[in-house]
Amino acid sequence: MTGPVLQVENLGRRFGAFSALEGISATLGRQRITAVIGPNGAGKSTFFNLLSGALKPTSGSLRFGGRDLARVPQARFAHLGIARSYQITTVFPRLTAHENVRTALQARASRYDFWSRRDRLAGLEDRADALLDSVGLAGRRGRPAAALAHGEQRALEIAIALAADPKLLLLDEPTAGMGPEETKDMVALLHRLAEARAILLVEHKMKMILGLSERILVLHHGRLIADGSPAEIQADREVRRVYLGQSGGYGHA
Amino acid sequence: MQPLDQTVLATAPPVPRRSPLAGGALSRWRAPLSILALLALPFLLPSQALAVNVLIYGLYAVGYNLLYGYTGLLSFGHAAFFGTGAYVTGIAIGAYGLHPLAAMGLAVAAAGALALALGAVSIRSRGIYFAMVTLALAQLVYYAALQASAWTGGENGLRGFTVARIGLGRLAVDILNPLTKYFVVLAFVGAALAMISRILASPFGAVIEAIRESETRARACGFDVERTKLLAFVLSGLFCGLAGALFAIHLSIVPLDSLAYHTSGMAVVMTLVGGAGTFFGPFVGALAVLVLEDALSLWTPHWQLALGTVFILFVLFLPRGLWGTALARIGAMRGRP
Ligand SMILES: Nc1ncnc2c1ncn2[C@@H]1O[C@H](COP(=O)(O)OP(=O)(O)OP(=O)(O)O)[C@@H](O)[C@H]1O
Ligand SMILES: [Mg+2]
Repeated sequence: MTGPVLQVENLGRRFGAFSALEGISATLGRQRITAVIGPNGAGKSTFFNLLSGALKPTSGSLRFGGRDLARVPQARFAHLGIARSYQITTVFPRLTAHENVRTALQARASRYDFWSRRDRLAGLEDRADALLDSVGLAGRRGRPAAALAHGEQRALEIAIALAADPKLLLLDEPTAGMGPEETKDMVALLHRLAEARAILLVEHKMKMILGLSERILVLHHGRLIADGSPAEIQADREVRRVYLGQSGGYGHA
Repeated sequence: MQPLDQTVLATAPPVPRRSPLAGGALSRWRAPLSILALLALPFLLPSQALAVNVLIYGLYAVGYNLLYGYTGLLSFGHAAFFGTGAYVTGIAIGAYGLHPLAAMGLAVAAAGALALALGAVSIRSRGIYFAMVTLALAQLVYYAALQASAWTGGENGLRGFTVARIGLGRLAVDILNPLTKYFVVLAFVGAALAMISRILASPFGAVIEAIRESETRARACGFDVERTKLLAFVLSGLFCGLAGALFAIHLSIVPLDSLAYHTSGMAVVMTLVGGAGTFFGPFVGALAVLVLEDALSLWTPHWQLALGTVFILFVLFLPRGLWGTALARIGAMRGRP
């Protein structure tokens, strides 16, 4: 990965008269983990929806690896190398953990084949197992996703996203609803994942973000009010005002 | 993005948590085992006419199940494909003197083409809206058939074609004998089941199940959800068209009812009563509904009301259907976690 991975220019999204996101410009390069923070309703998930093609911008532009994403349909994003998790866990609930990941892998191998056996596609079974193993779910391969613990489902969703072999991984609050133990596991996982790809991460847990990210983007009312290293963000007066004014500290969740 | 999936969930089929026997012998041999069970059917049922109906409506429901139970799309308009299969068969034989096999091939192709057209219009709407759009489109087809009475016989239905023999040259068999007819129909149904089983086990089969489970996730994985749904819709239409073609051959008339909305409802009811998303369930559902229909219509002139009540009880208390529940029991007995 040389050069910028993602170039966001003056990006905006309106819902009717309401402007959820406005004038966002940022370039994402070699940084391993970039956090996106901001109070509830700041536009973080909307930002992710734009970056993953789930929504189209109403203004501005997006380039990924130099390629303009304006006319690219959502289903192509995974193929280009952008994969994501959702704020609310989005997996295939009644399929087993292994089937979840194997099906995700199939998106690159075979989509319209009516006739071969799905369980005989070269290498897919093993790669699905390897991905499950990499997120610590090897022991759960035969369990339906719906029967997994909350933290395990979050990990499964990441394994599904990794099946696209993304250059950019978007994670919307991966530790939401997790206890301290599960959060610790997730942080360790994120460190490992960041070795091979850029990660953009929405989180509310401040301590975790400060320890994990190289760079932090702060959104407030749909605008990018700060962009810098954790130290810079901690010292930023505007950011302090937004957070202190809101809840007396960096204290969501 | 969540609200979209919720509307879909409101109409999502109550399929087993996972195929309870995935990998088990019952699942691996589902097509041959189903055919075996159907081979025995005429000897277990009181009448051969009932047995043939179970085959034909069962195939119709199996075709429907491909869309509802496996892809998660609730259609209220599948009579359009069943009826088209029946009418095209009858017209091709009666008016153009086509060989019955050629007529059936044409009928299946016509049902598929119609499914492509109706699917292209409806596939972008979701949940209950999709159900309503398919219902409306099927009603259009119904009224078109009613109007084109020169071709279809209008309200009286299509008459004037009788198939006494089916097959090629020396291999043709006389189907005036009910038992022979049953096995001829079973040959088609069995071939269709083998194909459907293969499709379900294919990579495409995995994609439609993924769409049923979560459209949002399937799209994020990189699947073209609309295109996949449209293909599933067409496949479903092809098999329902074949069921319609067999229906025409069996009855030697095509009633206008074959295109009516309650024929669409039949597919839904049979699939749900048998077990949505199970391979053999639709046949169980077809048998249960046909037997019930017979029994209730002897009892009371309001048998449709009674049938509707039974259906509602099923949805409420046995959402996995007869076969789906039986499979879950067998799965539990095997001591799955
Ligand atoms: N599809 C939509 N239609 C209308 N308004 C929307 C839509 N999606 C988001 N919004 C609005 O845009 C604003 C930003 O929402 P968004 O979900 O991006 O916030 P967020 O920063 O992710 O918040 P949270 O921390 O609660 O997840 C909110 O006011 C929300 O109501
Ligand atoms: Mg959010």
